[in-house]
Amino acid sequence: MSAKIITITSGKGGVGKTTAVANIAVALASDGKKVCCIDGDIGLRNLDVVMGLENRIVYDLVDVIEGRCRLRQAMIRDKRLPELYLIPAAQTRDKSAVSPSDMVRLCDELRPEVDWVLIDSPAGIERGFRNAIAAADEVLVITNPEVSAVRDADRVVGLLEAEGKGAPSLVINRLNPSMVRNHDMLSAEDVLDLLAIPLIGIVPEDESVIVGTNRGTPIALDGKSKAGQAFRNIALRLQGQQVPFLDLDAHDGLWARLQRLTGRK
Amino acid sequence: MDKQKDALQIKGLRDGLLIALGPGEWKDLQSALLQQIEARQPFFRGARVALDVGSQTLRVNELSALRDRLSEQGITLWAVVSESATTEKTAQLLGLATRISKPRPQEAQTHTPKTTDTEAALFIGRTLRSGMRIEFPGHVFVFGDVNPGAEIVAEGNVFVWGRVRGMIHAGSKGNTQAVIGALDLSPIQLRIADQVSAMLRPQQNPRPELASLSEEGKLQAVPWQPT
Repeated sequence: MSAKIITITSGKGGVGKTTAVANIAVALASDGKKVCCIDGDIGLRNLDVVMGLENRIVYDLVDVIEGRCRLRQAMIRDKRLPELYLIPAAQTRDKSAVSPSDMVRLCDELRPEVDWVLIDSPAGIERGFRNAIAAADEVLVITNPEVSAVRDADRVVGLLEAEGKGAPSLVINRLNPSMVRNHDMLSAEDVLDLLAIPLIGIVPEDESVIVGTNRGTPIALDGKSKAGQAFRNIALRLQGQQVPFLDLDAHDGLWARLQRLTGRK
Repeated sequence: MDKQKDALQIKGLRDGLLIALGPGEWKDLQSALLQQIEARQPFFRGARVALDVGSQTLRVNELSALRDRLSEQGITLWAVVSESATTEKTAQLLGLATRISKPRPQEAQTHTPKTTDTEAALFIGRTLRSGMRIEFPGHVFVFGDVNPGAEIVAEGNVFVWGRVRGMIHAGSKGNTQAVIGALDLSPIQLRIADQVSAMLRPQQNPRPELASLSEEGKLQAVPWQPT
């Protein structure tokens, strides 16, 4: 096995990086893939909470890097999906405990073990961000349809281009179709128009995401939720499948236009 | 070893250290610098460093590699000062500052006497994204968009074959004849010489426009007309 390493980042905080990592990981693991998530937010860890694995942490990322345990010992196996693992962040340290080359070494060690590695990046564009993207083969930039979040996403895209990481793919999270219809929210088209990078998913606003987050049960496990479906579709697209974008019952013709936009990449 | 010491000079600034590299091969200078840092780790740990690379021409991978090496030693590289336009562009692309608060003594001399410099143009064949800042002592031409949060400061004219939604300052050293042209001019702010104008109206049907100072010295934008 040679894993593909995906980092999910955003610049701005609170747009749904951790939720996206948990859900895409669950979706990939449900498709029978072996997946390992890494929480890159050292000092402010929460991927373990969202995945419902908090009470099982013994060793963390910094322990592996500083040689206090083996990689295997820090990989917590998910209780629902046997092929899903998490390497949690250290809570009592900060970003300077890890360097970009530490992350590259760790991911190289992980590569033969699993099919997918998903790295949750901290907010911001400083050390933690550079740690998170150092090992990435591919980067997903996640944003909300909000001017400030899009501005930060644009900055991150620029930094990724400068680092030679190539164009990242875009996830638009928490889109509210009725607000878009009333012109109270940026449309997916507006966001794409500015960022000009390939779209890999649009996740609608969905209350059940919050419920799932609080319970530690990612909604991609839930067959009915539309947001869960959107995350499962992102997982399929990562695996190279062509999946049409969900009809979120927004503008007439918006989805047709969107598909045209993304088909153009 | 003495030779290596000559290769770099370390000065204290108000808000960090300024390390000036002498002339020589980039590879040698970089290893001399890293050796110095390793030898005096307690002194450098946690430092904010501005690097004066002289006339070295540095590419993105070289500069980002050095920045990562420094960050492993707990050193933050925040600025790169250079005489080379390529290196300045590289630093700007990596989000590093290219001016430090105390200007270098030579700086005034390098720019002013060269009147021919205002005839030089910098071509940028890509979209400028939020956080990127281009400063140039001549004209700037962008083949791409200027996104919100991006800034261009030019002593001459600025032309954008694309959309302008960021900030552009033409004639930054007081040239009132400078102009700004773009296919779609919907910036957050435009400046020509010392005039500032907020132009927030989003264009419904974008068309090419040219912004300049009127005879009364007001900043105005006029749609392009075929003559």
